Amino acid sequence: MPQGILVFIEQRNGHIRKSSLEALCEAKRKSGGEPVSALLVGENVKGLAAEIGKYHPAKLYVADAGALASYSTEGYTSALVEGVKKADPKFVFGANTAMARDLFPRAATRMNAPLVTDVMELIADNGKLDAVRPMYSGKCMGTFEFASPLAFVTLRANVFALDEGDGNHNEAAVEDLAADTGTIRAKVVETHKAEGSKIELSEASIIVSGGRGIKGPENWPMLEDLCEALGAALGASRAVVDAGWIDHQHQVGQTGKTVSPQLYIACGISGAIQHLAGMSSSKVIVAINKDPEAPIFKHATYGVVGDLFEIIPSVTSEVKKLNENN
Amino acid sequence: MKIAVCVKSVPDTEANIKIAADKKNIDLNGVRFITSPYDEFAVEEALKLKEKHGGETVAISAGGAEVTDVLRDCLARGIDTAVHINDPELQWLDPLSTGKVLAAAIKDGGYDIILCGQQGVGGDNNQVPAILAELLDLPQATVVVKLEVDSGNFKAEREIEGAHEFVEGPLPAVISAQKGLNEPRYPSIKGVMAARRKTIETKDAEALGIRGQITRLVSVKSMDMPPERPQGKKIEGDPETQAKTLVGLLRNEAHVL
Repeated sequence: MPQGILVFIEQRNGHIRKSSLEALCEAKRKSGGEPVSALLVGENVKGLAAEIGKYHPAKLYVADAGALASYSTEGYTSALVEGVKKADPKFVFGANTAMARDLFPRAATRMNAPLVTDVMELIADNGKLDAVRPMYSGKCMGTFEFASPLAFVTLRANVFALDEGDGNHNEAAVEDLAADTGTIRAKVVETHKAEGSKIELSEASIIVSGGRGIKGPENWPMLEDLCEALGAALGASRAVVDAGWIDHQHQVGQTGKTVSPQLYIACGISGAIQHLAGMSSSKVIVAINKDPEAPIFKHATYGVVGDLFEIIPSVTSEVKKLNENN
Repeated sequence: MKIAVCVKSVPDTEANIKIAADKKNIDLNGVRFITSPYDEFAVEEALKLKEKHGGETVAISAGGAEVTDVLRDCLARGIDTAVHINDPELQWLDPLSTGKVLAAAIKDGGYDIILCGQQGVGGDNNQVPAILAELLDLPQATVVVKLEVDSGNFKAEREIEGAHEFVEGPLPAVISAQKGLNEPRYPSIKGVMAARRKTIETKDAEALGIRGQITRLVSVKSMDMPPERPQGKKIEGDPETQAKTLVGLLRNEAHVL
């Protein structure tokens, strides 16, 4: 009988992704008392057991092998599938990251199980779980129900609360998994860090975004200063990405990333429907724009009409003052 | 080199989305369909691969009548042939079912490479390319911004959080295209004229040998509009006052600083 939830804990270079722990906490809230276990994949990753143990999974499965040192679709699929077979859960959770978007569809397919990605709410209903996710980049929401003994779900970062770990670790519950990684055909041979902003858009709790109103790529430093003061990631509208002012990785909206940070500051962005779709689930939206008729103001929690070249540096210095006083 | 490119017809990204009366679909009245934007990069890459290595390109799409325009557009851009999987049983499917349908159409085709957009805009599932790779038992590289293909191998540069990953593997393989992979060409007038004369091959569930075999394991229970945002506040004054007021509100009212 399948029972409970297995949570895939993502790590790269020995760093656990916070959103995986958010998924673990949400699993504990929604398991209806059934066991929640965790799965960690990599090489020499057992040292991370303590960090996961703070959230008390019933068991931590560890697939530790040289072949799993860096991510590969095929190697990690074998490990995840092995974990699923061992744990025999009703659901497999993971954070909706680049890794999960590559890995989860493949692993779910091997188990002939459905997957719902980028979930923003899980509704427990009579021993079943329904998954709510944005569609059309958030222009509408879909509630999905499963008709299978096993289902995979990826959870959007920053949406599900991370419980306070209580400091008590349950490292004892570690179980080794022998994953047969077989022949890995597609291998990662190199990884290059991207230039610019250090904080990833989809995980940032604050995003500062620039559009046409910033007038040219020479003005990014003004926004980057604000990002640095706020600890924010830098976003951009499609218009400025298409104009070549910044890399596509920064694009927010329907052909870019859909984000839901605590605070989204749109600078010189008029608010095309495709952009609004990508950010309107942010908790607080600030719009700074010289055009009072810009559609973005209809969605803004706080609207600031004026010259962004005067306002943004002032905001940056106010935030710096705040940081100094704290 | 034989190249398959999977394309999807999706509601225009400019469209206002409304929910249909059954609350399980979107209201398609007046909605214009376009080629899913990421698929345009996949089509362009297929054309570039053929230009460099020679061979044959085939566009494949599943859906109703709305798919015809998308396949015509592929042909107009220079894709050699098009396959329309047209069967009421095989429409508006979940990602796993879509993968099974496409895999049935691709598996015995002798393809060296299968290209897809990294996600179908609208459903935004990011799933079909990896599902297809698994069902066809092929290596994959998803969200690819640079691709090189040479003597039976591929080198792909793909986007991950804050970094680019370089993946190498043997062909055949499934590759999903991200914005940035190339600059899609527009169809030429000559191409559009030529496309009109080409026939689009249609296949149903029988022809694919999957009649009655596609079962949905997940379905839409309801669709809803996102919650309305409360009326916002306008912040007045000179720039310095505006900045001070804003930061004060973000800290003391919104509690996000």
